[in-house]
Amino acid sequence: MPDKTRSVWAFLTGAAVFCAMLVNLYLIFQFAPTENSMGHVQRIFYFHVPSAWVAFLSFFVVFVCSVMYLIKRDRKYDIIASSSSEIGVIFATLVLITGPIWARPVWNTWWEWSPRLTLFLVLWFIYLAYLMLRNFVDGEERRARFSAVFGIAGFMNVPLVYMSIRLWRDIHPSPVIAGGEGSGLHPDMRAVFFFSLFTFTLLYFWLLGLRIKIEKGQISILDIKRALSLKREELTEGKVEI
Amino acid sequence: MMFGKTGALFWKDMVAEWRSKETLFSMLVFSLMMSVVFNFSFPPGSDFIREAAAGILWMTFLFAGLLGIGRSFTREIDKGCLTGIMLAPVERSTIYISKLLINFVFIMLVEAISLPLFAIFFKLDLLQNIFAIAFVFTISILGFCIIGTLFAAISVNVRTREIMLPILQFPISVPLIICGVQATRAAIEGQEWAVIWGWSKIIIAFDIIFFIVGYLTFEFIIEE
Repeated sequence: MPDKTRSVWAFLTGAAVFCAMLVNLYLIFQFAPTENSMGHVQRIFYFHVPSAWVAFLSFFVVFVCSVMYLIKRDRKYDIIASSSSEIGVIFATLVLITGPIWARPVWNTWWEWSPRLTLFLVLWFIYLAYLMLRNFVDGEERRARFSAVFGIAGFMNVPLVYMSIRLWRDIHPSPVIAGGEGSGLHPDMRAVFFFSLFTFTLLYFWLLGLRIKIEKGQISILDIKRALSLKREELTEGKVEI
Repeated sequence: MMFGKTGALFWKDMVAEWRSKETLFSMLVFSLMMSVVFNFSFPPGSDFIREAAAGILWMTFLFAGLLGIGRSFTREIDKGCLTGIMLAPVERSTIYISKLLINFVFIMLVEAISLPLFAIFFKLDLLQNIFAIAFVFTISILGFCIIGTLFAAISVNVRTREIMLPILQFPISVPLIICGVQATRAAIEGQEWAVIWGWSKIIIAFDIIFFIVGYLTFEFIIEE
């Protein structure tokens, strides 16, 4: 895609995200009915669950791009994986922050070792480790290979973590956990929820586009720097000969 | 023929270890020390220590195992040994399997020595269910080595070598830790085989999945 069409697309998605987010906020705080037992704090649900969805989506993108990188050895997959992992960690952090804010008044505790919470915490650690690995490896090509391998291992781990935590909690049931929030949602709530899900997904793709652009910019700056230092070496060598 | 090459690489590490005794000895001392230090974190004569025994046993073995696994590749960096192995006419996956086996054997040896001592320190009767305990430890240590060997090969090429291995290893080991601790506890408490087997199934699934991942991706790690 030429640069011009690309930036037009970026602008359009940005504008769409902005409008959708405004509508989303209105729907969440004005349109959606107030939940009977939980009250207004339930509205955090419209941020919490879509954030979790975006986190999962971005980790899945990391996995797919890691596999593609190892097969094709095309740098663009590494760029997408690294950009997606950063967004995923941010949204997983949002999940871990909004969850306790909701849990404190409803479950009467900030934290509960329930399967989903524990899974998210472990996921957060896995992708934090992924980002750290990316920071500590020297050499672009090597960094891409190592993080691709870890990206694959990390994602393969998700079902196993979930299964083992489920089994662990089933044996020691916890008394505080309330019923599932997805069950019996009011039609209006459902509509708001799906709109929020859509908005967050749009936000993800917009952020991904931005992050990829930054990454590419960084790469071209590095290339220019490298070319410049090569040129400088050539010039100084020439002078010595004179 | 593949077994021959794996065996040769395995034997090389065994001989090197037999001559230096560095890794095994430090792992053993470390794991014994850990179990003693853990003992101090409970009030004297507390019953809680028996309940927590499976967890302590596991922490001891995780840290000692990490020490050994980390050494398996740092040892090769010295004097360019890794380059030597890579120049040898063997598949990358053969190197992976031989390293995996050597790590497995080392940790199993350390466990075999420290487990009886642990039972004495913590006044546990491990003998009543010894086969179940041995089974759980064998499959979980195998899983731990399967991912550990892969990540050790990664972290040896990373700037912050010592700190990177645990950061990569622990979050991925979560299923192993949960299921391993619970299965060991069930075995120590003398519960039925069905309970232990329930946990072991996830550990075995972990072993199979990550062995395939490790086998297929190892060649991408030690490429240069």
